[in-house]
Amino acid sequence: MAADTTMALPNRSLMAGQKENGASVQARRIIAYVVLVLVSFLCLFWFYVLFINSTRSHQELSSGFTAIPSTHIIENWTNLKNGTLPIFNGIFNSLFIAVVTAVLSTYFSTMTAYAIHAYDFKLKNFMFTFILMVMMIPAQVTALGFLQLIGKMGLDDSFVPLTIPAIAAPSVFFYMKQYMDSTLPLSLIEAARIDGSGEFRTFNSIVLPLMKPAIAVQAIFTFVSSWNNYFTPALVLHTDTKKTLPILIAQLRSADWLKFDMGQVYVMIAFSIFPVIVVYLVLSRYIVGGVTLGGVKG
Amino acid sequence: MKRKLLGVLLSTTMVAGMIAGCGGNNAAPATDAPAEEASTETATEEAATEEASTEEAATEEAATEEAATEEAATEETTEVAADEGKVLNIYAWNEEFKSRLTDHYKGYEEVDATHGKIGDVDVVWNITPSDDNAYQNNLDETLLKQADAADDDKIDLFLVEADYALKYVDTDYTMALADLGISDADLADQYTYTQSIVTDSNGKLKGSSWQACSAGLIYNREAAKEVLGTDDPDEVQASVADWSKYVETAKKAEEAGYTMCSVNDTYRTYSNNVSGKWVQDGKLVIDDNLMNWINDSKELVDAKAENTYDLWGDDWAKGKTPDGKIFCYFGPAWFFNFCLDADQEGTIANQGGWGYCVGPQSYFWGGTWICAATGTDNASLVKDIILTMTTDKDVLKEIATKDADCVNSKTVLAELASDDSGNLALLGGQNPYKQLAEGAEKIDLSNLSAYDQGCNEAFQNAAKNYFEGNATLDEALEVFKKAVVEKYPEVTAD
Amino acid sequence: MKKKSKVVSYNKWGYIFLIPFIVVYLVFQMIPLVTTVYNSFFENYRSGLTQIGPNFVGLKNYATIITNGDLPTYLVNTLIMWVMGFVPQIILSLLLGAWFTDPSLRLKGQGFFKTVIYMPNLIMASAFSMLFFTLFANTGPINSLLLQLGVIKESYQFMSHVWSVRSLVAFMNCIMWFGNTTILLMAGMMGIDPSLFEAAQVDGATATQIFYKITLPLLKPILIFVMITSLIGGLQMFDVPQILTDGTGDPMRSSMTLIMYLNKHLYSKNYGLGGALSVFMFVITGILSLIVFKFTASGEKEKKRSKNKA
Repeated sequence: MAADTTMALPNRSLMAGQKENGASVQARRIIAYVVLVLVSFLCLFWFYVLFINSTRSHQELSSGFTAIPSTHIIENWTNLKNGTLPIFNGIFNSLFIAVVTAVLSTYFSTMTAYAIHAYDFKLKNFMFTFILMVMMIPAQVTALGFLQLIGKMGLDDSFVPLTIPAIAAPSVFFYMKQYMDSTLPLSLIEAARIDGSGEFRTFNSIVLPLMKPAIAVQAIFTFVSSWNNYFTPALVLHTDTKKTLPILIAQLRSADWLKFDMGQVYVMIAFSIFPVIVVYLVLSRYIVGGVTLGGVKG
Repeated sequence: MKRKLLGVLLSTTMVAGMIAGCGGNNAAPATDAPAEEASTETATEEAATEEASTEEAATEEAATEEAATEEAATEETTEVAADEGKVLNIYAWNEEFKSRLTDHYKGYEEVDATHGKIGDVDVVWNITPSDDNAYQNNLDETLLKQADAADDDKIDLFLVEADYALKYVDTDYTMALADLGISDADLADQYTYTQSIVTDSNGKLKGSSWQACSAGLIYNREAAKEVLGTDDPDEVQASVADWSKYVETAKKAEEAGYTMCSVNDTYRTYSNNVSGKWVQDGKLVIDDNLMNWINDSKELVDAKAENTYDLWGDDWAKGKTPDGKIFCYFGPAWFFNFCLDADQEGTIANQGGWGYCVGPQSYFWGGTWICAATGTDNASLVKDIILTMTTDKDVLKEIATKDADCVNSKTVLAELASDDSGNLALLGGQNPYKQLAEGAEKIDLSNLSAYDQGCNEAFQNAAKNYFEGNATLDEALEVFKKAVVEKYPEVTAD
Repeated sequence: MKKKSKVVSYNKWGYIFLIPFIVVYLVFQMIPLVTTVYNSFFENYRSGLTQIGPNFVGLKNYATIITNGDLPTYLVNTLIMWVMGFVPQIILSLLLGAWFTDPSLRLKGQGFFKTVIYMPNLIMASAFSMLFFTLFANTGPINSLLLQLGVIKESYQFMSHVWSVRSLVAFMNCIMWFGNTTILLMAGMMGIDPSLFEAAQVDGATATQIFYKITLPLLKPILIFVMITSLIGGLQMFDVPQILTDGTGDPMRSSMTLIMYLNKHLYSKNYGLGGALSVFMFVITGILSLIVFKFTASGEKEKKRSKNKA
């Protein structure tokens, strides 16, 4: 089943190439490149500025923007490292929370979506509508209620309220459901059943692998948004060694004036972006590298 | 944006949502960061234990009291019964007070970034950044639960800034210093204004600060010579001695190609000198002096003699160099070191080109107050910390010289004013302590209220619309009133 | 028939698989949510450390919101900024998605481009806006560039004009999120059964035809997702304008969004008004989402057919 997949893309391009008018393809290609280069510039420019800024001293930074790197990056980094902020704890905490969040969120959302997608039960439509409605509820107002709740549950200053709620993530669910609609035929599940696979096993060993591109996409999104979270962690986590990077950055920025150093702030921002980039590059292979769905054919 | 939701929901649905939201907030402070720092704050808090404490406190007090007499205040707390006051919880939004305590409080040993020891007592630092109001939110929640918290979890000390000090001070959650055994005589050397900030509506003093951040007008000597023909502090002072002279000078500066400063620079000077509180009998009142600020500023903005730049922004910071063509900044002592970038080649400060005078009206900017939280199980230690850090002249002198804080001691400031150690290169060798001390004496803060933080912020924001021509004065004031009622639903404005 | 009976016998698994979601949802979201709605009928806020209420006030909070008339203004602001950001974003995403999947273009360096487009999202909004402030400052590089090019005669105060602030918000949102959209679309495109393309190829379809006749219809579920989540996300737009305007939504609140307004009430922990506001928001979002659903649902049958064919 999987074999024909690999053939598909080359075949397509061959075929299409023959049919299109050569000159217009050439023109379209040039336009595409121009736009892509422009867009790439717009995307990467910020990283360049961050980099420049992290090489500049506090004084240089306060005198405005320049496009040329300065020489203070090592100094900024040393100051940061020797400061009192537990940045290595921070990176561990951020990683832990973001990874757990991404895993829980994608796994259980896929499971929820699968429940709605693959089974017929009385409350199915109700549940689907219900979850979609949940998605429309603005998150901000429940924030305070949420905090009171975790206070009552004794979960203050713990990672639980930052990770476990990710299990119920309506928009990840919605995406998984939509993705299944377009790519996961029920006949495949039938086939698994005929082979004697249990429902849970079918989900884990057949459905999950098929959902890889979708899972990778949502894992990235979830990871990144968790990584960049500030507000809830800031209210939930009190112990310095439990804090995540965005809180530490905020702390660095509200340093007292003797210690305030924008150079350190920028180095820390650069430092905290680095792991996300790595994670992103790893996960993005699943999307960018063209992992296609093998075996979906009914 | 669209995907924000997505992101939000994704990760933790609701939680994430708030976070994303907040992320936003983070940034805002970014630009203000200095402001916050500036505002210094140290409040110590003593937690009051409601029930358990009476007896314990008594015994413990006895024990610590002894200890306190010793050199290293608390060495002897070892003898305190095991279940009493083993943990000192301190709430702060940055590390300023922690480093002061580490450096200047004998007996404090640092364990790690958030823990220390004073004798046998574990010191736990609970530091929450003030971004997005997180510090106050956190403090509020904990204080409200204070009565039910276990002794070791109770807040003992917390820090506040002037802008919202009364929010905490004017409640029973903060202990009166008198109840800790700190007398007026202990505090006699402090500046009065630093005490009015933390005096509740019943006249009880409930906090103390080691800083006295009186502020004035920091002028560009080059510009002063050009515009006024002199850079002598007294003569410059004469030409900005009140607001009408100030406006005159600003216009002259404009003619000479300078911008006086930003409207936001002068705001605190006006707002410190109001004749009434923001909220009177539940009604919002806009003070005359603030209307003066609006009118003077509008006039100067229209004349291009002042700009509307936000403090700490890149544009505002340009005035640090001669090219910025700024006549003056308004600021206290910490502003010299922190904001003028004397180390940087090419800045005015680097060339010693600034001068300092009191300016049109006296005011203060910044400072950290230490408050004791009602319910504290470490009352005597708390008392000792407050006394040592805010009244001990040797410690204060040390802080003044080592950390460059302008300290809350008339004696120490007088000493600094009288010798050359107070001369600052960036002020062209001027010793500003005379003016700083003079300013600190004159500050009158009898009209502070718990609404100051929210109202001042909203007022400046709303006025900006008027200055920049996006609204008429009435429209801008409407927006201001709206913003106040949103923040303080119990206040009426019409 | 056979198929149906099979499904039925396994249906209890539908419930079992829903358990984790439901449990977590009930605990961590339902409770706070119910509290929110419940609170909307009370006067309940804090003045400093003093709790006011809760006192039952019936629909007074709702009445307050309706009578002060701010809600429509902020809704319009939100929608304007959303549209300004979303339209370029979806066009760009579809265009890129089409190019990346269009075999006739044979674009080189696709891996690079695909990777790069999402990267702005890796930067915290707060860090991002720090950069924006620097770049768009009066004395910043954008202004000096424009001055040098002679486009403007004196520095333009980007943060002091209604449309420039809105444009910056839209621009920043667009930059931050278009990669996200593109990735969603591409993942959707990648998931399309390749045999469909083979079939089309056999039938002699062109690349354009394949895009419109196969890719787009099959992408519909994902497109719906993108539309709905964008809309909901747009209505909940908060962080970018909040940071860029320091929470003021200035000039004259012209860039104040619904959630920023809501956030104002969180300052005083105003559960009452905040709760009522979120109920309003919920209704507004629901109605708008329904409209989008209705608009897009028409192709549903077609898609099913093609899937069966596969």
